[in-house]
Amino acid sequence: MSTETYEKWYRQDRLPHIYCTGCGNGTVMNCTIKAVDAMGWEIDDTVFVSGIGCSSRAPGYITTDSLHTTHGRALAFATGVKMANPDLHVVVFTGDGDLSAIGGNHFIHACRRNIDMTVICMNNMIYGMTGGQGSPCTPVGKISTTTPYGATEPVFDLAELAVAAGANYVARWTSYHVAELIKAIGVGLETPGLSFIEAMVQCPTAYGRRNKLRQVGEQVEYMRSHAMLLAKKHRLEEQGKEIPEDMFTVGEFIRRYRPAMGVPK
Amino acid sequence: MTTLEFMQGNAACCEGALAAGCNFFGGYPITPSTEIAERMALKMPKKGGVFIQMEDEIASIGAVIGASWTGARAMTATSGPGFSLMMENLGYAVMTETPCVVVNIQRGGPSTGQPTMSAQGDMLQCRFGSHGDISTIALVPSTVQEMFDLTVKSFNLADRFRVPTFLMSDETIGHMREKISIPDSVEIIPRKEPKPGKLTYEAEDDMIPGFPTFGKGYRAHVTGLTHNERGYPEATNPELHEALVRRLVDKIESKRHEIADYDAVNTDAETVFVTYGPSTRAVRQVLHDHPEENIGHLNLRIVWPFPEDTLKLFTNAKTFIVPELNLGQMAREVQRHVTGQQVIPMGRLGGTIHSPDELYEKVQEVA
Repeated sequence: MSTETYEKWYRQDRLPHIYCTGCGNGTVMNCTIKAVDAMGWEIDDTVFVSGIGCSSRAPGYITTDSLHTTHGRALAFATGVKMANPDLHVVVFTGDGDLSAIGGNHFIHACRRNIDMTVICMNNMIYGMTGGQGSPCTPVGKISTTTPYGATEPVFDLAELAVAAGANYVARWTSYHVAELIKAIGVGLETPGLSFIEAMVQCPTAYGRRNKLRQVGEQVEYMRSHAMLLAKKHRLEEQGKEIPEDMFTVGEFIRRYRPAMGVPK
Repeated sequence: MTTLEFMQGNAACCEGALAAGCNFFGGYPITPSTEIAERMALKMPKKGGVFIQMEDEIASIGAVIGASWTGARAMTATSGPGFSLMMENLGYAVMTETPCVVVNIQRGGPSTGQPTMSAQGDMLQCRFGSHGDISTIALVPSTVQEMFDLTVKSFNLADRFRVPTFLMSDETIGHMREKISIPDSVEIIPRKEPKPGKLTYEAEDDMIPGFPTFGKGYRAHVTGLTHNERGYPEATNPELHEALVRRLVDKIESKRHEIADYDAVNTDAETVFVTYGPSTRAVRQVLHDHPEENIGHLNLRIVWPFPEDTLKLFTNAKTFIVPELNLGQMAREVQRHVTGQQVIPMGRLGGTIHSPDELYEKVQEVA
């Protein structure tokens, strides 16, 4: 992809973006744009939708029609856009707090309806924009401003949740796995029905700073070394071997073709 | 040509919506509005529109706003508790200037209250319920015919002013059945397209920017944050925020007398009833039964923005009596706009409407 192509998707008059130095959200945006561009979609036929939070500022930097909505409700708004005009390509950016806490109900129902859109969750395991409060994805024991003694609640596995709720395509990667992430988003874009791609991202400011991952590289390295391919996990399970508690799975969770809503005729 | 029908109020609301070109309905069932969702589910697919039952009222209004940005004439219907849930997204619709229609078939509150009984307890909620300073348009039918007519009008006002409009009906009108005439076609006021070269939120002389429908190449950015004329967030600029919010309020309030829709009867009377919705009917009965008494009547079909000049039509008025199905929500608004005249709130709760007899007794008491 040439630089020229790359730039046409960004609102040059809006840059630089507000993301902190070292934030992983820019990587996810770039991966998304690369995948969208590879689909051959036109700028004028594509709509980006988001809720509230760091992730949700992303559509404001993209040249398409874009809807930056209320906290947790991006999927409800996106449902209206897609159902009212199925010819539009709809991509939703969301964060772990936006999607799974306040927006949890919309998340499971959008997956259940299997609406033809691609949902990309930038999971930084914390509320970044409000300054580092615990989210449903803050790992047990980790420090946030509302879990000063370490998070005690179990973590939501968003990818597994999307599979159970009915999404047609579900994958999880990290901002370290750039090539895999681009590929997964691409498959998500071309799969009819709801595609959910969870992208684990580093948040040096709100998460890393409090959890012994001060350097951006440290957190990216943590994701590289603690990401276990689903296939490997299944193999270890078959062999009766134990899976270390701090590992998380990455890869393609499901690809299927349940009936979908909002698919262009 | 018109067709005569005997129809329920909620059904007439659907027919009005369909006649007005409504092609997206997102809703969640709640008594006493449910017949609207049911009828839309039945009729919308045959008209090529979309009906979707969302997971809750928050999602319903979210979907309606999303649909509106694709150019759809979008509507939802609910009742008190659901209306409360919609408040945040309704503020979003005001801030982003998204036309849509919200029908509230009011029931007794607070809380779950009286699901099957009538009330007008949400009149201030539709005006002040969402956070921040807003102005909206609220219409109130008092007959099944007006359910049809004012639903059509709700869509036209929403599109003209780029604002959510509220059809603030109630269980009485929603569930009653009356004869209505349905015209073959109704007047439709389309959304204004953006003029070439104009920025996304660059207002024209009427304070309203053209609407950049998604998918038509405008590449609009829409945000609930305080935004500049390009639509880009600029949330820490005090002057810009003040100018934006003042425009959003003024585009409605400066047109309040043009928007107004009312009947003024016996304008030389000393005692005047001010009503909206079902109590209008009881007052009409009083006037019918006592033609010898010169009783004035102001019936408001549009209550917000409040058309205060309509009170001044009653040049000899000494007393305004305001019968309503709440503890005086609009009576307070009437009081704000009179000087020297007495305002008597006749608030009533429980779910039944005022009887003509009790209204007439009040007239005699005052006289």
